[in-house]
Amino acid sequence: MATNSHTEQPSGHKGAFPPFDSTTFASQLVWLAITFIVLYVLMAKVALPKIGGIIESRQKRIADDIAEAGALKAQSDAALAAYEKALADARAGAQAIANETRDKQAAEAEARRKTLEDGLNAKLAEAEKTIAATKQAAMANVRGIAADATKAIVERLIGKAPADTAVDAAVGEALKS
Amino acid sequence: MATDPIHQFQIVNLFPVGKIGHTEIAFTNSAAYMVAAVVIISIFLIAGASRRALVPGRIQSAAELTYEFVANTIRSTAGTEGMKFFPFVFTLFTFILTVNLVGLIPYTFTVTTHIVITATLALSVFLTVLVYGFWKNGLHFFNLFVPKGIPVYILPLIVFIEVLSFLSRPISHSVRLFANMLAGHITLKVFASFITLLGGAGIFGIVGATLPLALVVALTALELLVAFLQAYVFAILTCIYLNDAIHPGH
Repeated sequence: MATNSHTEQPSGHKGAFPPFDSTTFASQLVWLAITFIVLYVLMAKVALPKIGGIIESRQKRIADDIAEAGALKAQSDAALAAYEKALADARAGAQAIANETRDKQAAEAEARRKTLEDGLNAKLAEAEKTIAATKQAAMANVRGIAADATKAIVERLIGKAPADTAVDAAVGEALKS
Repeated sequence: MATDPIHQFQIVNLFPVGKIGHTEIAFTNSAAYMVAAVVIISIFLIAGASRRALVPGRIQSAAELTYEFVANTIRSTAGTEGMKFFPFVFTLFTFILTVNLVGLIPYTFTVTTHIVITATLALSVFLTVLVYGFWKNGLHFFNLFVPKGIPVYILPLIVFIEVLSFLSRPISHSVRLFANMLAGHITLKVFASFITLLGGAGIFGIVGATLPLALVVALTALELLVAFLQAYVFAILTCIYLNDAIHPGH
Protein backbone atom coordinates (compact mmCIF):
# COMPACT_ATOMS: atom_id res chain seq x y z
CA MET A 1 0.00 0.00 0.00
CA ALA A 2 1.01 3.58 -0.29
CA THR A 3 3.67 4.56 2.16
CA ASN A 4 3.23 8.26 2.10
CA SER A 5 6.04 10.70 2.70
CA HIS A 6 3.57 13.07 4.28
CA THR A 7 3.74 13.01 8.04
CA GLU A 8 0.16 14.08 8.41
CA GLN A 9 -1.90 11.09 7.45
CA PRO A 10 -5.66 11.34 7.23
CA SER A 11 -7.07 8.96 9.78
CA GLY A 12 -8.59 5.78 8.43
CA HIS A 13 -6.74 6.11 5.15
CA LYS A 14 -5.21 2.63 5.45
CA GLY A 15 -7.17 0.30 3.19
CA ALA A 16 -9.97 2.75 2.49
CA PHE A 17 -10.53 3.77 -1.11
CA PRO A 18 -9.90 7.55 -0.94
CA PRO A 19 -13.06 8.70 -2.78
CA PHE A 20 -15.17 6.73 -0.28
CA ASP A 21 -13.20 7.79 2.80
CA SER A 22 -15.87 9.61 4.75
CA THR A 23 -13.41 11.31 7.12
CA THR A 24 -12.36 13.64 4.31
CA PHE A 25 -15.91 14.57 3.31
CA ALA A 26 -16.39 17.45 5.72
CA SER A 27 -13.26 19.29 4.62
CA GLN A 28 -14.04 18.77 0.95
CA LEU A 29 -17.62 19.94 1.36
CA VAL A 30 -16.64 23.08 3.25
CA TRP A 31 -14.12 24.06 0.61
CA LEU A 32 -16.41 23.13 -2.24
CA ALA A 33 -19.10 25.36 -0.74
CA ILE A 34 -16.68 28.26 -0.24
CA THR A 35 -15.03 28.06 -3.65
CA PHE A 36 -18.26 27.40 -5.53
CA ILE A 37 -20.08 30.29 -3.90
CA VAL A 38 -17.13 32.63 -4.43
CA LEU A 39 -16.93 31.58 -8.06
CA TYR A 40 -20.69 31.97 -8.46
CA VAL A 41 -20.62 35.48 -7.06
CA LEU A 42 -17.61 36.43 -9.19
CA MET A 43 -19.29 35.09 -12.31
CA ALA A 44 -22.76 36.47 -11.62
CA LYS A 45 -21.65 39.92 -10.44
CA VAL A 46 -18.46 40.61 -12.35
CA ALA A 47 -17.44 38.37 -15.22
CA LEU A 48 -20.72 37.52 -16.95
CA PRO A 49 -22.24 41.03 -16.97
CA LYS A 50 -18.95 42.29 -18.37
CA ILE A 51 -18.71 39.74 -21.17
CA GLY A 52 -22.45 40.00 -21.85
CA GLY A 53 -22.08 43.76 -22.09
CA ILE A 54 -19.23 43.46 -24.56
CA ILE A 55 -21.17 41.07 -26.76
CA GLU A 56 -24.30 43.17 -26.55
CA SER A 57 -22.53 46.41 -27.41
CA ARG A 58 -20.87 44.69 -30.36
CA GLN A 59 -24.22 43.42 -31.60
CA LYS A 60 -25.69 46.88 -31.17
CA ARG A 61 -22.79 48.38 -33.06
CA ILE A 62 -23.21 45.87 -35.87
CA ALA A 63 -26.96 46.50 -36.02
CA ASP A 64 -26.33 50.27 -36.08
CA ASP A 65 -23.78 49.92 -38.84
CA ILE A 66 -26.14 47.77 -40.89
CA ALA A 67 -28.94 50.32 -40.39
CA GLU A 68 -26.61 53.13 -41.44
CA ALA A 69 -25.52 51.19 -44.49
CA GLY A 70 -29.20 50.64 -45.34
CA ALA A 71 -29.90 54.37 -45.03
CA LEU A 72 -26.94 55.20 -47.24
CA LYS A 73 -28.09 52.65 -49.78
CA ALA A 74 -31.56 54.19 -49.81
CA GLN A 75 -29.96 57.58 -50.35
CA SER A 76 -27.86 56.38 -53.25
CA ASP A 77 -30.91 54.62 -54.71
CA ALA A 78 -32.84 57.88 -54.52
CA ALA A 79 -29.95 59.73 -56.17
CA LEU A 80 -29.82 57.13 -58.90
CA ALA A 81 -33.58 57.38 -59.45
CA ALA A 82 -33.33 61.20 -59.64
CA TYR A 83 -30.49 60.96 -62.12
CA GLU A 84 -32.42 58.52 -64.26
CA LYS A 85 -35.50 60.73 -64.14
CA ALA A 86 -33.44 63.75 -65.19
CA LEU A 87 -31.95 61.72 -68.01
CA ALA A 88 -35.38 60.60 -69.19
CA ASP A 89 -36.70 64.17 -68.97
CA ALA A 90 -33.77 65.46 -71.01
CA ARG A 91 -34.31 62.75 -73.56
CA ALA A 92 -38.01 63.57 -73.81
CA GLY A 93 -37.19 67.27 -74.12
CA ALA A 94 -34.69 66.59 -76.86
CA GLN A 95 -37.24 64.46 -78.64
CA ALA A 96 -39.86 67.22 -78.39
CA ILE A 97 -37.47 69.87 -79.69
CA ALA A 98 -36.46 67.61 -82.56
CA ASN A 99 -40.09 66.92 -83.44
CA GLU A 100 -40.98 70.58 -83.27
CA THR A 101 -38.06 71.59 -85.44
CA ARG A 102 -38.85 68.88 -87.96
CA ASP A 103 -42.50 69.92 -88.14
CA LYS A 104 -41.62 73.59 -88.50
CA GLN A 105 -39.13 72.91 -91.21
CA ALA A 106 -41.54 70.65 -93.03
CA ALA A 107 -44.22 73.35 -92.88
CA GLU A 108 -41.76 75.97 -94.14
CA ALA A 109 -40.65 73.74 -96.97
CA GLU A 110 -44.26 73.05 -97.84
CA ALA A 111 -45.07 76.76 -97.92
CA ARG A 112 -42.03 77.53 -100.00
CA ARG A 113 -42.89 74.73 -102.39
CA LYS A 114 -46.43 76.03 -102.68
CA THR A 115 -45.41 79.61 -103.50
CA LEU A 116 -42.89 78.27 -106.01
CA GLU A 117 -45.54 76.06 -107.57
CA ASP A 118 -48.01 78.96 -107.73
CA GLY A 119 -45.42 81.13 -109.41
CA LEU A 120 -44.63 78.40 -111.87
CA ASN A 121 -48.30 77.81 -112.60
CA ALA A 122 -48.81 81.49 -113.19
CA LYS A 123 -45.83 81.61 -115.50
CA LEU A 124 -47.09 78.51 -117.26
CA ALA A 125 -50.51 80.04 -117.79
CA GLU A 126 -48.94 83.24 -119.08
CA ALA A 127 -46.74 81.31 -121.43
CA GLU A 128 -49.70 79.34 -122.68
CA LYS A 129 -51.56 82.58 -123.22
CA THR A 130 -48.61 84.00 -125.12
CA ILE A 131 -48.41 80.83 -127.19
CA ALA A 132 -52.11 81.02 -128.01
CA ALA A 133 -51.82 84.71 -128.96
CA THR A 134 -48.75 84.03 -131.04
CA LYS A 135 -50.50 81.11 -132.68
CA GLN A 136 -53.53 83.24 -133.42
CA ALA A 137 -51.35 85.95 -134.84
CA ALA A 138 -49.45 83.42 -136.87
CA MET A 139 -52.70 81.94 -138.12
CA ALA A 140 -53.90 85.40 -139.10
CA ASN A 141 -50.60 85.97 -140.89
CA VAL A 142 -50.97 82.59 -142.60
CA ARG A 143 -54.41 83.59 -143.82
CA GLY A 144 -53.10 86.91 -145.22
CA ILE A 145 -50.14 85.17 -146.86
CA ALA A 146 -52.45 82.47 -148.26
CA ALA A 147 -54.83 85.10 -149.61
CA ASP A 148 -51.94 87.07 -151.21
CA ALA A 149 -50.51 83.86 -152.64
CA THR A 150 -53.91 82.78 -153.98
CA LYS A 151 -54.46 86.23 -155.49
CA ALA A 152 -51.07 86.13 -157.21
CA ILE A 153 -51.53 82.55 -158.47
CA VAL A 154 -55.00 83.26 -159.81
CA GLU A 155 -53.74 86.50 -161.40
CA ARG A 156 -51.01 84.59 -163.14
CA LEU A 157 -53.37 81.91 -164.31
CA ILE A 158 -56.16 84.01 -165.61
CA GLY A 159 -54.33 87.25 -166.07
CA LYS A 160 -56.63 89.21 -163.94
CA ALA A 161 -56.74 89.80 -160.22
CA PRO A 162 -59.68 88.21 -158.52
CA ALA A 163 -61.85 90.07 -156.15
CA ASP A 164 -60.59 90.29 -152.58
CA THR A 165 -63.78 88.95 -151.09
CA ALA A 166 -63.79 85.89 -153.37
CA VAL A 167 -60.19 85.12 -152.49
CA ASP A 168 -60.91 85.57 -148.83
CA ALA A 169 -63.89 83.23 -149.00
CA ALA A 170 -61.95 80.64 -150.94
CA VAL A 171 -59.01 80.76 -148.50
CA GLY A 172 -61.41 80.53 -145.57
CA GLU A 173 -63.00 77.52 -147.23
CA ALA A 174 -59.61 75.90 -147.82
CA LEU A 175 -58.37 76.59 -144.30
CA LYS A 176 -61.53 75.18 -142.78
CA SER A 177 -61.16 71.83 -144.54
CA MET B 1 4.81 3.88 -4.06
CA ALA B 2 4.42 5.96 -7.16
CA THR B 3 2.96 3.06 -9.13
CA ASP B 4 -0.07 2.68 -6.90
CA PRO B 5 -2.94 3.84 -9.17
CA ILE B 6 -5.11 4.77 -6.19
CA HIS B 7 -2.54 7.00 -4.53
CA GLN B 8 -3.39 9.95 -6.81
CA PHE B 9 -6.84 10.21 -5.24
CA GLN B 10 -5.48 10.58 -1.71
CA ILE B 11 -6.77 13.59 0.20
CA VAL B 12 -3.91 15.22 2.04
CA ASN B 13 -4.45 17.73 4.82
CA LEU B 14 -2.17 20.68 4.17
CA PHE B 15 -3.11 22.60 7.32
CA PRO B 16 -6.05 22.50 9.72
CA VAL B 17 -8.52 25.36 9.66
CA GLY B 18 -10.88 24.69 12.50
CA LYS B 19 -13.57 22.43 13.83
CA ILE B 20 -17.27 22.09 13.20
CA GLY B 21 -18.58 20.14 16.15
CA HIS B 22 -16.18 17.24 16.49
CA THR B 23 -15.23 17.21 12.83
CA GLU B 24 -11.91 18.73 11.96
CA ILE B 25 -11.89 20.95 8.88
CA ALA B 26 -8.60 21.20 7.04
CA PHE B 27 -7.29 22.91 3.97
CA THR B 28 -6.58 19.89 1.76
CA ASN B 29 -4.93 19.35 -1.59
CA SER B 30 -8.46 19.08 -3.02
CA ALA B 31 -9.29 22.50 -1.53
CA ALA B 32 -6.12 23.93 -3.05
CA TYR B 33 -7.15 22.77 -6.50
CA MET B 34 -10.65 24.14 -6.05
CA VAL B 35 -9.22 27.52 -5.07
CA ALA B 36 -6.84 27.29 -8.03
CA ALA B 37 -9.80 26.62 -10.34
CA VAL B 38 -11.62 29.68 -9.03
CA VAL B 39 -8.50 31.80 -9.53
CA ILE B 40 -7.87 30.46 -13.04
CA ILE B 41 -11.47 30.95 -14.18
CA SER B 42 -11.69 34.43 -12.67
CA ILE B 43 -8.42 35.58 -14.19
CA PHE B 44 -9.30 34.07 -17.55
CA LEU B 45 -12.74 35.67 -17.73
CA ILE B 46 -12.19 38.96 -15.93
CA ALA B 47 -8.84 39.63 -17.58
CA GLY B 48 -10.29 38.52 -20.90
CA ALA B 49 -13.14 40.98 -20.60
CA SER B 50 -11.10 43.84 -19.17
CA ARG B 51 -10.10 45.43 -22.47
CA ARG B 52 -13.70 45.49 -23.76
CA ALA B 53 -12.38 45.45 -27.29
CA LEU B 54 -14.81 45.62 -30.17
CA VAL B 55 -12.59 43.24 -32.09
CA PRO B 56 -11.60 40.72 -29.42
CA GLY B 57 -8.11 39.47 -28.77
CA ARG B 58 -7.32 35.82 -28.10
CA ILE B 59 -8.28 35.63 -24.43
CA GLN B 60 -11.33 37.84 -24.85
CA SER B 61 -12.42 35.76 -27.82
CA ALA B 62 -12.09 32.57 -25.76
CA ALA B 63 -14.02 34.15 -22.87
CA GLU B 64 -16.79 35.28 -25.23
CA LEU B 65 -16.84 31.85 -26.84
CA THR B 66 -17.32 30.18 -23.45
CA TYR B 67 -20.08 32.65 -22.60
CA GLU B 68 -21.90 32.11 -25.89
CA PHE B 69 -21.43 28.36 -25.70
CA VAL B 70 -23.07 28.06 -22.28
CA ALA B 71 -25.73 30.64 -23.16
CA ASN B 72 -26.66 28.75 -26.33
CA THR B 73 -26.75 25.45 -24.45
CA ILE B 74 -29.24 26.89 -21.98
CA ARG B 75 -31.33 28.62 -24.64
CA SER B 76 -31.60 25.50 -26.76
CA THR B 77 -32.57 23.19 -23.87
CA ALA B 78 -34.45 25.38 -21.40
CA GLY B 79 -35.51 28.34 -23.53
CA THR B 80 -34.93 32.01 -22.76
CA GLU B 81 -36.54 31.57 -19.34
CA GLY B 82 -33.65 29.28 -18.50
CA MET B 83 -31.29 32.27 -18.72
CA LYS B 84 -32.26 32.98 -15.08
CA PHE B 85 -29.94 30.13 -14.22
CA PHE B 86 -27.19 31.23 -16.57
CA PRO B 87 -24.69 32.16 -13.81
CA PHE B 88 -25.40 28.87 -12.02
CA VAL B 89 -24.93 26.69 -15.11
CA PHE B 90 -21.95 28.75 -16.20
CA THR B 91 -20.29 28.34 -12.81
CA LEU B 92 -20.95 24.60 -12.82
CA PHE B 93 -19.60 24.16 -16.34
CA THR B 94 -16.45 26.23 -15.94
CA PHE B 95 -15.72 24.84 -12.47
CA ILE B 96 -16.01 21.20 -13.55
CA LEU B 97 -14.21 21.82 -16.84
CA THR B 98 -11.31 23.56 -15.11
CA VAL B 99 -10.78 21.00 -12.37
CA ASN B 100 -11.07 18.21 -14.96
CA LEU B 101 -8.49 19.82 -17.23
CA VAL B 102 -6.11 20.80 -14.43
CA GLY B 103 -6.34 17.23 -13.14
CA LEU B 104 -4.93 15.95 -16.44
CA ILE B 105 -1.59 17.63 -15.77
CA PRO B 106 0.71 14.93 -14.32
CA TYR B 107 1.21 15.01 -10.54
CA THR B 108 -1.92 17.05 -10.01
CA PHE B 109 -5.08 16.13 -8.13
CA THR B 110 -8.49 15.87 -9.77
CA VAL B 111 -11.25 17.27 -7.59
CA THR B 112 -14.03 15.53 -9.53
CA THR B 113 -12.67 12.05 -8.80
CA HIS B 114 -14.35 12.31 -5.41
CA ILE B 115 -17.98 11.25 -5.26
CA VAL B 116 -18.72 13.68 -2.44
CA ILE B 117 -17.90 16.61 -4.72
CA THR B 118 -19.90 15.44 -7.73
CA ALA B 119 -22.79 14.34 -5.51
CA THR B 120 -22.93 17.75 -3.87
CA LEU B 121 -22.95 19.50 -7.22
CA ALA B 122 -25.66 17.15 -8.52
CA LEU B 123 -27.70 17.60 -5.33
CA SER B 124 -27.45 21.37 -5.63
CA VAL B 125 -28.94 21.06 -9.12
CA PHE B 126 -31.62 18.66 -7.84
CA LEU B 127 -32.59 20.97 -4.98
CA THR B 128 -32.62 23.99 -7.28
CA VAL B 129 -35.01 22.15 -9.58
CA LEU B 130 -37.25 21.13 -6.66
CA VAL B 131 -37.32 24.53 -4.97
CA TYR B 132 -37.73 26.55 -8.16
CA GLY B 133 -40.24 24.06 -9.57
CA PHE B 134 -42.52 24.30 -6.54
CA TRP B 135 -41.99 28.03 -6.10
CA LYS B 136 -42.91 28.80 -9.70
CA ASN B 137 -45.53 26.15 -10.48
CA GLY B 138 -46.88 25.24 -7.04
CA LEU B 139 -48.60 21.88 -7.12
CA HIS B 140 -48.63 21.95 -10.93
CA PHE B 141 -45.04 20.82 -10.61
CA PHE B 142 -46.43 17.31 -10.07
CA ASN B 143 -47.62 17.39 -13.69
CA LEU B 144 -44.05 16.45 -14.41
CA PHE B 145 -44.83 12.93 -13.23
CA VAL B 146 -48.10 12.61 -15.15
CA PRO B 147 -47.49 12.45 -18.90
CA LYS B 148 -50.46 13.43 -21.04
CA GLY B 149 -52.34 10.96 -23.22
CA ILE B 150 -51.70 7.89 -21.07
CA PRO B 151 -54.58 5.45 -20.44
CA VAL B 152 -55.83 5.61 -16.86
CA TYR B 153 -55.23 1.93 -16.08
CA ILE B 154 -51.45 2.15 -16.60
CA LEU B 155 -51.15 5.66 -15.15
CA PRO B 156 -50.11 4.51 -11.64
CA LEU B 157 -47.27 2.49 -13.11
CA ILE B 158 -46.12 5.38 -15.31
CA VAL B 159 -46.25 7.83 -12.40
CA PHE B 160 -44.26 5.42 -10.26
CA ILE B 161 -41.60 5.10 -12.96
CA GLU B 162 -41.48 8.87 -13.52
CA VAL B 163 -41.03 9.54 -9.79
CA LEU B 164 -38.35 6.89 -9.54
CA SER B 165 -36.46 8.28 -12.54
CA PHE B 166 -36.76 11.78 -11.11
CA LEU B 167 -35.36 10.68 -7.76
CA SER B 168 -32.50 8.77 -9.35
CA ARG B 169 -31.41 11.81 -11.33
CA PRO B 170 -28.88 13.14 -8.79
CA ILE B 171 -27.35 9.67 -8.54
CA SER B 172 -26.79 9.21 -12.27
CA HIS B 173 -25.87 12.86 -12.62
CA SER B 174 -23.09 12.61 -10.04
CA VAL B 175 -21.88 9.07 -10.66
CA ARG B 176 -21.48 9.71 -14.40
CA LEU B 177 -18.94 12.48 -13.81
CA PHE B 178 -17.26 10.78 -10.88
CA ALA B 179 -16.87 7.38 -12.55
CA ASN B 180 -15.63 8.82 -15.82
CA MET B 181 -12.93 10.88 -14.19
CA LEU B 182 -11.93 8.14 -11.72
CA ALA B 183 -11.71 5.40 -14.35
CA GLY B 184 -9.82 7.61 -16.76
CA HIS B 185 -7.21 8.55 -14.20
CA ILE B 186 -6.79 4.97 -13.00
CA THR B 187 -6.31 3.75 -16.59
CA LEU B 188 -3.77 6.48 -17.29
CA LYS B 189 -1.89 5.65 -14.11
CA VAL B 190 -1.86 1.89 -14.77
CA PHE B 191 -0.47 2.30 -18.28
CA ALA B 192 2.01 4.90 -17.06
CA SER B 193 3.24 2.48 -14.41
CA PHE B 194 3.86 -0.13 -17.15
CA ILE B 195 6.33 2.29 -18.67
CA THR B 196 8.40 2.52 -15.50
CA LEU B 197 8.15 -1.22 -14.86
CA LEU B 198 9.28 -2.13 -18.39
CA GLY B 199 11.86 0.65 -18.40
CA GLY B 200 13.59 -0.96 -15.47
CA ALA B 201 13.89 -4.31 -17.29
CA GLY B 202 16.90 -3.74 -19.54
CA ILE B 203 17.18 -2.78 -23.20
CA PHE B 204 14.21 -4.86 -24.40
CA GLY B 205 12.11 -3.39 -21.67
CA ILE B 206 12.90 0.12 -22.82
CA VAL B 207 11.93 -0.78 -26.40
CA GLY B 208 8.78 -2.47 -25.12
CA ALA B 209 7.93 0.53 -22.96
CA THR B 210 7.25 2.62 -26.05
CA LEU B 211 3.97 0.76 -26.51
CA PRO B 212 2.41 1.83 -23.18
CA LEU B 213 3.94 5.25 -23.72
CA ALA B 214 2.10 5.62 -27.02
CA LEU B 215 -1.03 4.36 -25.30
CA VAL B 216 -0.68 6.91 -22.51
CA VAL B 217 -0.33 9.68 -25.10
CA ALA B 218 -3.47 8.47 -26.88
CA LEU B 219 -5.31 8.05 -23.60
CA THR B 220 -4.36 11.56 -22.53
CA ALA B 221 -5.92 12.89 -25.71
CA LEU B 222 -9.02 10.83 -25.02
CA GLU B 223 -9.14 12.01 -21.41
CA LEU B 224 -8.90 15.59 -22.62
CA LEU B 225 -12.04 14.95 -24.64
CA VAL B 226 -13.70 13.18 -21.71
CA ALA B 227 -12.82 16.07 -19.38
CA PHE B 228 -14.58 18.53 -21.69
CA LEU B 229 -17.42 16.19 -22.56
CA GLN B 230 -18.26 15.33 -18.97
CA ALA B 231 -18.33 19.00 -18.00
CA TYR B 232 -20.60 19.64 -20.99
CA VAL B 233 -22.83 16.65 -20.19
CA PHE B 234 -23.13 17.80 -16.59
CA ALA B 235 -24.09 21.29 -17.76
CA ILE B 236 -26.59 20.15 -20.41
CA LEU B 237 -28.25 17.69 -18.00
CA THR B 238 -28.52 20.55 -15.52
CA CYS B 239 -30.26 22.59 -18.24
CA ILE B 240 -32.64 19.73 -19.05
CA TYR B 241 -33.53 19.26 -15.38
CA LEU B 242 -34.01 23.01 -14.96
CA ASN B 243 -36.26 22.97 -18.01
CA ASP B 244 -38.49 20.51 -16.14
CA ALA B 245 -38.72 23.01 -13.29
CA ILE B 246 -39.58 25.85 -15.68
CA HIS B 247 -42.00 23.91 -17.92
CA PRO B 248 -43.26 20.93 -15.92
CA GLY B 249 -45.88 19.92 -18.50
CA HIS B 250 -44.54 17.10 -20.66
